[in-house]
Amino acid sequence: MKNKSLVSINDYKKEDYFKILDLAEEFQKNPKQRLLENHVIASLFFEPSTRTRLSFETAIQRLGGKVIGFSEASNSSVSKGESLKDTILTVSRYADLIVMRHPVEGSARYASVVSDKPIINAGDGSNQHPTQCLLDLYSIRKTQGTLENINLFLVGDLKYGRTVHSLLMAMSEFNPVFNFVSPPTLKMPQEYKDFLDEKGIKYYEHDDINENIKHADIIYVTRVQRERFSDPMEYEKVKNSYVIKNKMLEGTKENLRILHPLPRVNEIDTDVDANPKAYYFEQAENGVYTRMALMCKILGVK
Amino acid sequence: MKSELKVKAIEKGTVIDHIQASNLYKIMSIIEIEKLDTQIFIGNNLDSQKYGKKAIIKIADKFPSMEDVNKIALIDPNAVINIIRDYQVVEKKKVELPETVSTFIKCINPKCITNHEKVETKFSVHVKDGKVNLKCFYCEKTTGQDNIEVIR
Repeated sequence: MKNKSLVSINDYKKEDYFKILDLAEEFQKNPKQRLLENHVIASLFFEPSTRTRLSFETAIQRLGGKVIGFSEASNSSVSKGESLKDTILTVSRYADLIVMRHPVEGSARYASVVSDKPIINAGDGSNQHPTQCLLDLYSIRKTQGTLENINLFLVGDLKYGRTVHSLLMAMSEFNPVFNFVSPPTLKMPQEYKDFLDEKGIKYYEHDDINENIKHADIIYVTRVQRERFSDPMEYEKVKNSYVIKNKMLEGTKENLRILHPLPRVNEIDTDVDANPKAYYFEQAENGVYTRMALMCKILGVK
Repeated sequence: MKSELKVKAIEKGTVIDHIQASNLYKIMSIIEIEKLDTQIFIGNNLDSQKYGKKAIIKIADKFPSMEDVNKIALIDPNAVINIIRDYQVVEKKKVELPETVSTFIKCINPKCITNHEKVETKFSVHVKDGKVNLKCFYCEKTTGQDNIEVIR
């Protein structure tokens, strides 16, 4: 893994992910390890993403590393018309590792081709966001004790949500059962269902959240965005069908945990927050440990 | 008895035959026919037992590279390339799909980096249900056979 960019969740092997998750666990027990004291890490956010940026920067600071970078393109030389290639070629001469978020798809892969320093993709448009997937895997393993044989409910926008696609691909290694709950217009795309068919993995599709959630080990909720609907009436009709409420969780499994990549709007009612099955803020915290582990592995300090 | 030729014979050069009629203009585009300076004869909507209507391109004095042959395969995997010398077919090349293609095809995704910066395109070639699918090395989106567009 040393010096190897992470652009897409398929770039690393299963064993690599286990190494990262194991190290993340170590950091959760003892976060104060100044392993990156002699490192400079660039955090290039060509589009704003407060949560992901703060998570990465917290991870770097906790490890004693130094951060350079910008939080949106208007604060950078991009606003003067500089190409991505030139920005990356320059910054790769300053920093040991580049974390980047960019609205253009494939930009992180391109940066990894151009740069002689490793790249971590912190999101490239609707394409990939592999560290989100890593922290999701970490959260599932942490709460269930295993990644194997999980009954996973994916709820919300399953058509455009890149996090659910990456999670589906990654979890497919571990013999899961998938349940897809989405508005008819935002269903899981056929290519992913074909992928599951090929692998012989079971999945079920539902139009609403029903009593089936009693079988769930994990409910992974994503935001249904208004702008995905060409007809605003259609949005109004479906928006409340995909909201998790505390009452629905009666009779669900003890080990059930609710995950959400955040930010949440209204798809998980705030009355769920106090339920011990709510796990989304811990999940966000796990992102810091997972990113600490990933950066240490790539920089070869652990 | 040999039937009359619908398209003039050439002494030496290349004949691209058995092109599905609807693919003719794409093939002309992909081999950049406008850059050739020798005699070219094109026939379209000719009778074909296989397709109903076929097209043929005859290019005098030019011989294709393997790369050219592979480009044609992306558009029409059933096309046949004949090498002509002294009015005779001396070699038949069957078009074969390459594993990867670079530089000359546009990624269909408008949000792909290759459509935003000067980046050469690169795809891996996959076949699904008899159709060619090109998966972009950068944005990972698929450009289907019917959407293949040549970069000029």
